[in-house]
Amino acid sequence: MAAALGLLVFGLLSKGSSGVAVGDPAPAAALPTLGGGGSGSLADYRGRWVLVNFWASWCVPCRQEAPELERFQQQHGGPKFTVLGIDSRDLSGDGRSFVRRYHLSYPQLRDGDGDTAHAFGTTGVPENFLVDPAGKVRLLMRGPVTADYLDDSVAPLLPGKSS
Amino acid sequence: MRGRTALALLAALVAVAALAPAASAQPRPLATEIESEVMCPVCGTLLELAESPQAQREKAFVARLAAKGKSKDEIKDALVAEYGDAVLALPQGSGFSLSAYVVPIVAFLVAVAALALGILRWRRGSGGGDADGRMPEPDPSDEESARLDADLARYDL
Repeated sequence: MAAALGLLVFGLLSKGSSGVAVGDPAPAAALPTLGGGGSGSLADYRGRWVLVNFWASWCVPCRQEAPELERFQQQHGGPKFTVLGIDSRDLSGDGRSFVRRYHLSYPQLRDGDGDTAHAFGTTGVPENFLVDPAGKVRLLMRGPVTADYLDDSVAPLLPGKSS
Repeated sequence: MRGRTALALLAALVAVAALAPAASAQPRPLATEIESEVMCPVCGTLLELAESPQAQREKAFVARLAAKGKSKDEIKDALVAEYGDAVLALPQGSGFSLSAYVVPIVAFLVAVAALALGILRWRRGSGGGDADGRMPEPDPSDEESARLDADLARYDL
């Protein structure tokens, strides 16, 4: 009985919460691309600002923020910044349909088992993390971003599009 | 006698517990069967118990593949390809997941041992009775006999 209880306690401790806070290095595990045919990682964007957006096609708030993220990408995307979508715990076909439906042009990775979302410490979708060129988290938003948040909190941190 | 009855009752309970799953097993549609064997990754419960939007998509995915004639293994493989190994309800036989197998077995064995020990102590404690296992009643004291006589006299019996 003691051994079983010990195993249970070990399991609970080993499954303790993880996650990142502002100032922490962002996890950068390799993930398959949502479109198939290769993989990508947050590390591929080192030297750029990246707004990491965890989403899923079944998530209603994700549908609401997707057009805002695309607008922001159109305004600020370039060699110094990109939005990076990570489709988490979602069917890949549903995820691709979502990207087509909302005409999302920014890169998309697939986190089918949710391990990367867990490494970031997400508790659901959508959640957003602004990562600086050194790979550290500078902002985090647990919930959908709005146009005001993007313009007032994220945009001021970014360098000029052509600078 | 009481000990034998209790042991027979215990044996019957164990037999019923062992036979219950087999008796309740009925042929089920493949999609329903799979829903009882895989997880809803977002909810952390069996898919058949989940009603979240993600679970609805997953159920539809399973139903679609079943309608296409895919086998159970093929559907489970497709689910693993989408959601990873965690979608399989059966825990792996290593690490912390091993406790999912070990803890119920250990708990069952401890419960049976405790019950058997309790029955043994009960039987020992009941020793010294008559042929029917009943304890002989002690003779009344003089005081009790006198009080009984007085009561009987009062009721004129």
